[in-house]
Parts: sequence; structure tokens; C-alpha cells
Amino acid sequence: MTRAIPLEAVLVVAAALFCIGLFGALSRRNLVGVLMGVELMLNSVNINLVAFWRYLEPQNITGPAFTIFIITVAAAEAAVGLAMIIAIYRNWDTVNADSVDSLKG
Amino acid sequence: MDLLIQIIFGLLAALIIGAAMMVVTVRNIIHSALWLITSFFGVAALYLVLEAEFIAVVQVLVYVGAIAILILFAIMLTRHISSEGERLLTSRWWLTAIVALGLFGAVLLPTLAGQTWNIPLPTGPAGTPAPLSGVEELGREFVGQFLLQFEVAGILLTVALIGAIVIAFEERSRRRRVLTLSEEYTLRQRQQATAAKQAPVATADVAD
Repeated sequence: MTRAIPLEAVLVVAAALFCIGLFGALSRRNLVGVLMGVELMLNSVNINLVAFWRYLEPQNITGPAFTIFIITVAAAEAAVGLAMIIAIYRNWDTVNADSVDSLKG
Repeated sequence: MDLLIQIIFGLLAALIIGAAMMVVTVRNIIHSALWLITSFFGVAALYLVLEAEFIAVVQVLVYVGAIAILILFAIMLTRHISSEGERLLTSRWWLTAIVALGLFGAVLLPTLAGQTWNIPLPTGPAGTPAPLSGVEELGREFVGQFLLQFEVAGILLTVALIGAIVIAFEERSRRRRVLTLSEEYTLRQRQQATAAKQAPVATADVAD
């Protein structure tokens, strides 16, 4: 497997996924869309960790363990973020990121 | 064999990147969530190609099974406000596009040019599988080397659960009234009593 695919190919896929997720998180107006962008970014980081584990340290389990922790944190982040979106929707009647501007002077 | 793996990897990469592009560009937010699920499945398949089976299963369980469903529920609860005629992206989206593309270039350049990874050469005779750590080591390390982090992750999940409930909780005065079990029981009894009272009248009407 490591012979067939160079490590750089996997890294390029992960980098592209990260940049697409960054674009989505920064530019979507819908707050749920922003959260989806963040999930894409976390996914790309997981791909990177698994790729480095597979190619560089296959006998060491640290990479997959770290991936599991990131998935855990992503699940917690999604739960809290979506609860916040629902609370915002209830108070402001909107889910658009640029409409919630009560801190603006 | 190598060519087959390369073809599979290319298809998976195209699937992941294409689905991610659809996630950030498609207008309908539900379609966006469905493309996100497609992308998650593609990433899980990529883990399988990278021989991380347990991570692939966890990816499908947690991302597709939990997070995607959570996102779909959030869309369902906030749906009717996101109408079709509204703008999809923020007003300065081109700036964020430049930032994302610049980051992609800045990451890509040192990755492809000048960096040599010291990938360990396969030991032993050709054809033998590489020594690969699996679920067994993972479980052992979770109660050994990563015990503290494991416990902290558990506490984090508990705190996030409580926090999500507290944040999304609706005050009692604004909530639609939900009957308790005893109230529902008495209500049903009253309904049955009135129905029984009306029933003899109805049969009497038929008898007449």
C-alpha cells in the first residue's frame, strides 16, 4: 500500500479538504453551514494523522489514538455548537452568521 | 495490484474533494448536509485504504451516525427561516477564498518540493505484511499511556452533554405545555366518560 500511493498524495487530499472546509467555515452565512465547514477541517486533520501513522510510524499506535480523541472532541463541539445555533434561532429568529451582531457598536 | 490501489485512491480523492466542494457551494442546506455525509463516507473509505480499519468504523459510527444526524436535526429545527432567495455566502466571500487558496498554496509548496520523508523501508522478505499496530494496541494504550487523556475525554463528553442541554433549554414559561402522565391519564378518562355518555344516546337514536 505504501508503495502504491506516495505520502504526498494523501497530504494533498487532506490539505485540499482543509482549505475547502476553511472557505466554508469563513464564508457560509448559514450557521449550520459554518459548522459543516469546521467538521470538514477536523476530518482533514484526521486523514493527516492516520497517513503519518501509516507511512512513518506503523508500529506505534499514537496516531490512531490521537484520531480517536479528535473525533471525540469533534462530537462534543458539534453537540454544543448545534445547541447554540438552536438557542440563537430561538432568540434572534435567524440562523445567519452576519445577522447576529448585538456586540457590534 | 498497485495500479488498482492507485485507481481506488484517485476515485476516493475525487469523491471526497467533490463532495466537500458541493458542501460549501450548494444552496439548499439539506443537500449540503447530504453531501457532507457523502464526504464522510469517502473519508472512511480512505481510512480503509490506509489500513486503519478501526478508525474507519469509528468514522462511520460517530460522524455519519451521530454528527450528521445532529446536523440534520438542527436544520430541521431551524429550517423555514433559510429561504431560497437569500444570499448564500457572506459579502466578503472572495477574501476568504483568497485566504483559503493562499493557505493551500503555502501548505502545498513545502509538501511537494524539498521535503523528504524518511519512510521506513519494508523489512523482511517481499510480500510479508508490514508490522502494523491495530485495535489491540489501541485498547492497551488507552488504559496505559493515554489513561489521563482518556479520562479527560470522558469528562469533556459529560460537560458537553450538560452544556448542550443547558444552552438549548427553553424556559418553562415559553415552552408549549407538555402534559404529565397522570394529567394525560385523567384527561383520557374524562374523554372516555364523555364518549360513554354519548354512546347510549347514539344507540337509542338508532333504535328509534
